[in-house]
Formats: sequence, C-alpha cells, structure tokens
Amino acid sequence: MPVLVYTENAGGKFKKSIFEVVSYAKAIADAQSTTLTAISIGDVSADDLALLGKYGADKVLNVSADKLKNFVNQAYASVIAEAAKSEGADIVVLSNSFSGRGLAPRVGAKLDAGVADGAVSLPELSGGKFSIKKTAFSGKAFAVVELTSAKKVIALTPNSYQVVDKGTSAKVEDFSVDVKESDFKAMLKEIVRSTDKISLPDADIVVSGGRGLKGPENWGMVEELANLLGAATACSKPVSDAGWRPHSEHVGQTGIAVSPNLYIAIGISGAIQHLAGISRSKVIVVINKDPEAPFFKVADYGIVGDAFEVVPKLIEAVKAYKATA
Amino acid sequence: MKILVCISNVPDTTTKITFTSNNTQFNAAGVQFILNPYDEIALARAIELTDGGNGTVTVINVGDVGTEPTIRKALAIGATDAVRVNAVAHDAWFVAKQIAEYAKANAFDLILTGRESIDYNGSKVAAMVGELLDIPSVSIIKKLDISGSHATVEREIEGGKEILSIPLPFIAGTAEGVAEPKIPNMRGIMSARTKPLQVIEPVDVALNLEVTAYETPAPRGQVKLVSADETAKLVDLLHTEAKVI
Ligand SMILES: Cc1cc2nc3c(=O)[nH]c(=O)nc-3n(C[C@H](O)[C@H](O)[C@H](O)COP(=O)(O)OP(=O)(O)OC[C@H]3O[C@@H](n4cnc5c(N)ncnc54)[C@H](O)[C@@H]3O)c2cc1C
Repeated sequence: MPVLVYTENAGGKFKKSIFEVVSYAKAIADAQSTTLTAISIGDVSADDLALLGKYGADKVLNVSADKLKNFVNQAYASVIAEAAKSEGADIVVLSNSFSGRGLAPRVGAKLDAGVADGAVSLPELSGGKFSIKKTAFSGKAFAVVELTSAKKVIALTPNSYQVVDKGTSAKVEDFSVDVKESDFKAMLKEIVRSTDKISLPDADIVVSGGRGLKGPENWGMVEELANLLGAATACSKPVSDAGWRPHSEHVGQTGIAVSPNLYIAIGISGAIQHLAGISRSKVIVVINKDPEAPFFKVADYGIVGDAFEVVPKLIEAVKAYKATA
Repeated sequence: MKILVCISNVPDTTTKITFTSNNTQFNAAGVQFILNPYDEIALARAIELTDGGNGTVTVINVGDVGTEPTIRKALAIGATDAVRVNAVAHDAWFVAKQIAEYAKANAFDLILTGRESIDYNGSKVAAMVGELLDIPSVSIIKKLDISGSHATVEREIEGGKEILSIPLPFIAGTAEGVAEPKIPNMRGIMSARTKPLQVIEPVDVALNLEVTAYETPAPRGQVKLVSADETAKLVDLLHTEAKVI
C-alpha cells in the first residue's frame, strides 16, 4: 500500500516546501518498503507535475476538474480522502501550510486517522509504534505523539526536512472523483497575492524589526536589507499592534512561528513570547543597543549598537560581499 | 443569531515550559492558566456580531472543574452563557467530538474557535468539528463580516489572502485582525458570577493519538559579538562560518 502525499500548489506552481513534503513522504514510503503516490489538485502544467517524480513520487494523480481549480477546503479534503481509499494508502502526508492545516484534520476525520500536525521529524518506528515529533507550546518545546490508529495523517512543518533530488520520474495519471455539491458551499471571491515580496512562512532568511526602530517610517532600511538578502520581513507584536506593519508579519507565540536558516532581529528585546516563534531558526543574529537585551542569550551572532548606525553599515557590507561573490 | 465560541485554558504566555516524570508530563506547578489568546479574538468578534440584543454567544470548554475561572472570564468579557464538558481535554479529536456532539443538539448559526491553542498549536479543532457536522470550515481567518445568511471572510495564505463568501452555518478559526480582545469591565465581572454555566458529561471517543514524551529545544552556544564597526566581519562569518548567506 503506497504512501499518499498531497502536493498543494500556489497559482499552478509548487513551492520549495512542497518538494520538502514529497522528499519527506518518500523517506516514509522507503521505511515502509512501499511506493509514493502524489496527488495534485488544480491547474498544474505537465512540466511541473513531472517535478514531483524528481523528488520521489512514483505516481502522480492529477485532478484538474474545472470545479476544483481553486482551493475549496471541504471539497479538497474529500478528494484527498477518496484518493487515499482508491490507492489503499494508510499514510497521508501534506504540508502544515495555511491550507494544509485546514485539510489535515478533515482528511483525518474522514479516514478515521490520527493526525500529527506540525511534524518536524520522520516517524520513529519501534516496537510496532509510530511516533512523530511536533512543535508544541508555540515553539517553546516539542511533543512526541504516537498515532495509534491504523490510518495516519501527517502535516509537515515547512523548513523541517531537506529536499532530496532523486532524479527519478513519475507516471502521471488523470484522477477524477465525484464530490458532493454541499462540499462547495464556501465560494472563493478573490485571491490577493503580494507578488513583490517573499512570503514569511516560506522564507530562508528573515529580517525582523521591533519597537527599537521607533516608527514605520524607519522600515526602509529593514526592507533594503531584506531585498539584498532575498529575505522576508517580519516584526514583533507591538509593532503590528501599533499598525506600523501588517499582522501577517508578526512572529512569536501569538503570531507566525518561523524556522528560517537565518533570522536577523533588529531592535527587538527578545521577550519569551517573541523567542517562542523563532527558536527553531538555524542561525540568529541580534542587533540591539542594550547589551543586556535578553535576545543576546539565544543569539549566535550579535552587534551591540544603535540600529540606525549599524543597519546602514550592514547594508553596505552586504553590498560589498555581493559585489565580490 | 446564535454563536458558539470554543475556548481553551492554556498556560500564560510568559510561562517557562518544563516537564516532569522523565519528560512525560507538563509541569503545571506554579503555572498561571489563561483564556487562549486567539480564543479571546473569537469571543470578541462574537460579542460584536450579537451586539445590541442581536443574538447570543455561548462559550464551550472541554475541561475539568479547574478550567472554570477561565470560563468565568469569558462570561465576564460578555458571553451569554457557558457549557463545560466535564473531561480532561485529551487531544483535538476528543475535544472536537464533544463540541460537535453539543452543536448537533443545539443548532448554531456560527461556530468560532481561535486559530490554534498556544499549548499544542494543532489548528485542528475547527476543521474536525466542521467535518463532524458536515459544514464548511476555514482554519485561519483575519476578517469576518456577516450580512444576512452569508459571511465574508478573509483567509490567510502564504504571501497573501483569499476572500471567501460562505453561507451560515460554518466554523472558523480566528487570528489577529478579526477583532481586538475585550477586557472585562466591573459590571461584566459581577454578572459573570450568576450567568448560567452548564456542566455536561462527555461522550465516548475512540482515541487515536497519545502524547508520549516532551523535549525542550537544545540550548544555543555563547553569542559571538562583533563590534558595530565590523559589519563586514559579520557578513563574512555568516558566509564562511554559519554558511547561511
Ligand atoms: C499574551 C501575549 C502574547 C504575546 N505574543 C507575542 C508574540 O507573539 N510576539 C512578540 O513579538 N511579542 C509578543 N508579546 C509581547 C512581548 O511580551 C513583548 O512585549 C514584545 O515582544 C516586545 O517587542 P519589542 O522587542 O519589539 O519591543 P521592546 O520590548 O520595547 O524592545 C525594544 C528593543 O529595542 C531596543 N532598541 C531601542 N532603540 C534601539 C536602537 N536605536 N537600536 C537598537 N536597538 C534599540 C531596546 O534595547 C529593546 O531591547 C506578547 C505579549 C503577551 C502579553
């Protein structure tokens, strides 16, 4: 029985986090000595579907019905559950993305499966047990959950698993399912994408600003640094509460939890609620004028200094580095 | 309009998280429990939507008697009445089953939860209840307006948002932007003591998940300080040592 992986697309394209999910699901399939079937729903080109094979899918089910072109939570959950049944898959893997968080629990309920949300590691299989590590307490800890049901749904946290290029290819099949009319009650009116920016949950590098930056008019240097590094911008809670930045940029225990390779915190004190959301970053750089700021205790690199002097200098240094690289 | 708001009782955001019994139990000693911050947003919006006698707001919590201070807080903020399902909240599936059972017997026009609880962060209850009731669910919303029998909601997606139109009834998980949390006033605190809090017994649930252990993140090494005049050195360290740029 194959493992099934749902490969969500954004405007017909797969993001890096989806290749992570495919690689992760492939590793699970390998450990179970079985194959990997991917299911894609929407308007994805043949070339893009072929990429799923490259990262480990043996077979791709392509659902391209007009009614299913745009994401409808209820209908997509039905399609994924039906695909799991028709493939005989006991394990369904998807991304713990915004959409994935709406799908995984519904698919789980349909299949009578336990749901491991926010997974950050491969399943541990020992003594007939199936256990997965997930983030808990908003990044302050991890919980190991054992799924005791025969069927299992796993939602993988982005940036938790390395993409592995298998160089293989998949056969693509059309797949169609009858979805009941009442699954289409929620109607999409409009999608608004900020195309000029890197999305925060997907970013490899994040440049984040706090109240130390004094006001929204000072974010120019934060954005300039982010642009140079190909980074997303973020902020602390008081900054978004004050309306200096949008809520979608607020990271922390009550905001978005991020796990980039590099997190640069500028003028942020490092309150426990902020640290919760960024503790899984690989490398942390802190710029703060107060040497006693708690953020320095969890940072890998730090500069004690006034952001209004340090950041412009850092921008120059990055420019110089890029000119020689 | 009848609105049901699902609330959870979670450790205060300032809590330093520790475990006991060989890292198998959450250490609740000395921990202050609060109304989950995202649920405060759901509650605040529900109160706004029913303002001026335009409906009722029932809060429901699955928990033992120890969660009653948090339930009373929700009543003080402005909920009309409350229900406590008398059981320890084993996991999201257990909680969703209890809520769905109650909601089936008491038709609601709208059910709200917070986008996630800040202890297990599952974002699962809303979608599970949605599935159990066979109604639409939206996991993370940033805006919620109702006009007649339809709602317009904004849903968060990576790098943007979707705007949806959904007929009532449905269930949604609220995030920042939906409403500002409300602080109870003196009158609210007084009246909360006498507002109805019904205690009901749980239904049986076939469990499918157990938390078997906890871990805390590995501590980081000592910070490497670079002087404010040496930004080039920092860039070099990030390139050659940390290998992140
Ligand atoms: C229920 C609850 C939930 C919360 N959730 C979150 C959350 O999810 N995320 C979050 O971020 N916070 C959260 N908070 C708020 C948190 O407690 C802190 O208040 C907040 O993180 C502080 O933000 P800050 O560091 O930007 O501001 P401050 O604490 O004001 O710190 C500003 C920092 O900037 C430095 N600074 C000032 N001027 C300069 C300069 N010129 N150059 C360099 N440095 C300078 C100062 O030394 C200081 O360290 C929450 C609080 C509560 C009660």
